[in-house]
Amino acid sequence: MTTKLMGEPVARVEDDRLVTGKGRYADDIMPGALEMAVLRSPHAHARIRSIDVDAVLDVPGVHAVYTYDDLEGPMAEPLPLLIPHPALTHGRTQYALAKDEVNYVGEAIAVVVADNRYLAEDAVGRIEVEYDFLPPVVGIDAARAAENLVHEDVPGNVAAVMEQSFGDAEAAIASAPHRLSLDLTVERSACMPMEGRGTVARWDEDLNRMSVWTSTQTSTGVRAAVATKLGLDLGQVDVVTPDVGGGFGVKIVHPWPEELLVPMAAKALRRPVKFTEDRREHFISSAHERGQQQHIEVGFDDEGRVLGMSVKFWHDNGAYTPYGLIVPIITSTQLLGPYKLPNYRVSFESLYTNTVIVTPYRGAGRPQGVYAMERTMDAIAAELGMDRTEVRENNFIQPEDFPYAHGELTFQDGRPLVYDSGNYPEMMRKARALVDWPAFEKFRDEARKEGRKVGIGIACYVEGTGVGPYEGGHVHIETSGKVKVSTGLTTQGQGHQTAFAQIVADELGVRFEDVEVVTGDTRRSPYSVGTFASRAAVMSGSAIALAARNARAKALRLAADALEADVDDLEIVDGIVRVKGAPDSQIALGTLAVLSNPLRYAFDEASRAATQFAVGDPSKPPVAEDDEPGLEGKDYYSPPRSTFASGIHAVIVETDPETAEIRILKYAVVHDCGTLINPRIVEGQVHGGVAQGVGGALYERMAYDETGQLQNASFMDFLMPYVTEVPETIDIDHLETPSPLNPLGIKGAGEAGVIPSAAVFAAAIEDAEGFPITAMPISPSELYALRLTHSTTSHERTAS
Amino acid sequence: MTTPGTTAEHTETIRLRVNGVTHEVDVPPRRLLSDALRHDLGLTGTHVGCEHGVCGACTILVDGQPTRACLMFAIAAQEYELTTVEGMTRPDGTLGPVQQAFKDCHGLQCGFCTPGFITTIEAGLEENPDPTPDEARDMISGNLCRCTGYQNIVKSVLRAAELKREIPTGEGAGQ
Repeated sequence: MTTKLMGEPVARVEDDRLVTGKGRYADDIMPGALEMAVLRSPHAHARIRSIDVDAVLDVPGVHAVYTYDDLEGPMAEPLPLLIPHPALTHGRTQYALAKDEVNYVGEAIAVVVADNRYLAEDAVGRIEVEYDFLPPVVGIDAARAAENLVHEDVPGNVAAVMEQSFGDAEAAIASAPHRLSLDLTVERSACMPMEGRGTVARWDEDLNRMSVWTSTQTSTGVRAAVATKLGLDLGQVDVVTPDVGGGFGVKIVHPWPEELLVPMAAKALRRPVKFTEDRREHFISSAHERGQQQHIEVGFDDEGRVLGMSVKFWHDNGAYTPYGLIVPIITSTQLLGPYKLPNYRVSFESLYTNTVIVTPYRGAGRPQGVYAMERTMDAIAAELGMDRTEVRENNFIQPEDFPYAHGELTFQDGRPLVYDSGNYPEMMRKARALVDWPAFEKFRDEARKEGRKVGIGIACYVEGTGVGPYEGGHVHIETSGKVKVSTGLTTQGQGHQTAFAQIVADELGVRFEDVEVVTGDTRRSPYSVGTFASRAAVMSGSAIALAARNARAKALRLAADALEADVDDLEIVDGIVRVKGAPDSQIALGTLAVLSNPLRYAFDEASRAATQFAVGDPSKPPVAEDDEPGLEGKDYYSPPRSTFASGIHAVIVETDPETAEIRILKYAVVHDCGTLINPRIVEGQVHGGVAQGVGGALYERMAYDETGQLQNASFMDFLMPYVTEVPETIDIDHLETPSPLNPLGIKGAGEAGVIPSAAVFAAAIEDAEGFPITAMPISPSELYALRLTHSTTSHERTAS
Repeated sequence: MTTPGTTAEHTETIRLRVNGVTHEVDVPPRRLLSDALRHDLGLTGTHVGCEHGVCGACTILVDGQPTRACLMFAIAAQEYELTTVEGMTRPDGTLGPVQQAFKDCHGLQCGFCTPGFITTIEAGLEENPDPTPDEARDMISGNLCRCTGYQNIVKSVLRAAELKREIPTGEGAGQ
């Protein structure tokens, strides 16, 4: 039998290409294309009085300049509000090029297309814009105060107010034996893929057809946006996703103005046009996430069981809301984590500020929700003098409780918030063992004797993954026996070509080397959603498995005819269908592919066997009425709701008594993403997520000044972790609780590594220092300042 | 509107020696070496991640020394022997030891930063063929990666050192 590949740490098929410089990223496509540069607003809030582009066309090498006045039809309308929601009463989106007003530093005002980027930037520098300045709204405090408005027709800067609840949280809190309240904040960070945004488009006048290559997380989304905005039929637009240099959320469809302006210019100029952003542009004109203020009220019993919890939070959505309320809805629902709460109320305000828009960044609102809940669990343990892991265990949903519904709450997919499966007590047992939780106090005592300060933190999370609506898979067995697989969602480094090939090899019974997977090409897979919400393995993995099963069923049916055997007596091994126990009676899948496609013409030896004089019963149609030519399988997977992965992270930190520097001594992850396809890829995802989590907890923030200028819009000033900032090793243990919702039992794994970071670091630092940590990220300077505050406070307390 | 190709920008004819091959190209004096490699010579394996010398994705070897190609003008690179990731394969076209190590250790995900790491490590191992884990971390501490969390890149450095030791002298990758 062929060895099963599911669950094996198979080396990636992508790598040979990528390590030799043969990857094809957006900027590598279409050499010689004209290039676009963008004039971006230098002001956070202003009315545009006039734009003068006269000097631009004199610049040699310039082909075109566009401002709002040059946009026609749907291009002149605001960009789409992609995910409308009834609670989003004041949704606003920007124009592809600013009309009358700019609302953040970086908003696109004009574009120039020139022979190359150098010349295009020269020309952009010649555009003259006159502004009338408006007072900018920067930060959640200013947005809430609403002394100034981002959009003059949006009262209080409030885009949306939303509330969900079950039970009676207020009554439960009021009558609880113990009560606490917490006020927490999280700052903005951003995805920061190493490759920024990039789009290339070619209009083919002869075929009346648009081809777009774009560094995106959804090719079908961009295709629909381009067709709609340029007034083309969907069938005239192809979007191909090349290699993508990281996404992490920011490359989901918005659509970016440039993704529309590039094809628009390509069509107008009848020349290929390219836009490749630079790093500063990525900082000031793509998207950020995470900024929230939270107020929590909780009531609990003597064992730390939560009786009622009421959360209100304020979410900074930036200047516009193209992605609706997805991030705050996820925060408000995923906040519940692995815990069984009898009474819960959550409400949020989504607020406008004159800053870059906020759309999902790996974790997508979950890190903030987990931070709120896990800080609450720690506070309960501290209040009761209980072990932090015990408080959590006392609140866990138990294995026998699944499927578990959180009251009547609605998740981000519009479906009831129902967990499908999990085993949280077992996860905690593993986590305690992995980090050696019981031994920590001894370690702390020893460290203290050496004058060292150490602390331990632990944080649990549940992650809704594999969100719908659907994905598809197409499996085509060629006459060579090679298997060509396509799925519509895109790849940004997750190793889909490898993981999906493992699934097909197992399901079909073919050699792994014979399977080739294509993702994100609308010519091959026009129906698809995209890669986000840890959904690719769940959605496309399932769809591809189902498609492979269909192809297998057809192959077996054809083989049963050819071998005059019963389907049930057949097996497929290494691409050969054979009769079990009679291996001489066999036929190759490639031969079956030949037989499945009756031909008039013989192009080669293989096809000679399939011509009309060679095959078929002359009394029947060459292709039966209920059949199709070719050896293919196609299917879609559309789950009733998300599947919920889970995990626990623990970290031991040391804080320097003098400098307040924070050093990671140990980082442990227990992770349950259901059935593993490729543990090596999953561990890679965890490693990368943890590194982003370290960045978000200890280093990264968007440093806006009060005028709305992003002060650290470069890699020199935005402190993304190098190797020197991440844990040297990460101890990982897996639990595999299969999902009952999909054929392979898969749950998503992409975001898990980053979700509990703010919570777990705050907990560990708090444990080391002995005072509450309520604002993340935290820098050494901030920790130092907190020490001063708390030593003064405790001194005053002693004195009084 | 102007006619395509009539760019009036002054250019100089320069010679760049890359991966052992000499190329003659016309470039404006301000053209970055990274752009010349990518767009004039078609060597798109060298990636540009920040254009201010911080991320290291564009790192190439200039006379064997790791150098940010985005911080150098093409016109200033004429005197040197340049090596890009495309020049890191073995003479028979198979993966060089550092490339192989990245594949063996899952040292890459999206692959965008990888060429800069590979060139950096190639030079680092020339200087220190047997690094400790700490020295391996030090070797890559000037390059950014957003996908891997670096643990597997450190492993790749150590694995590459092993592989390099297995290669008979004179058959190494690169120049």
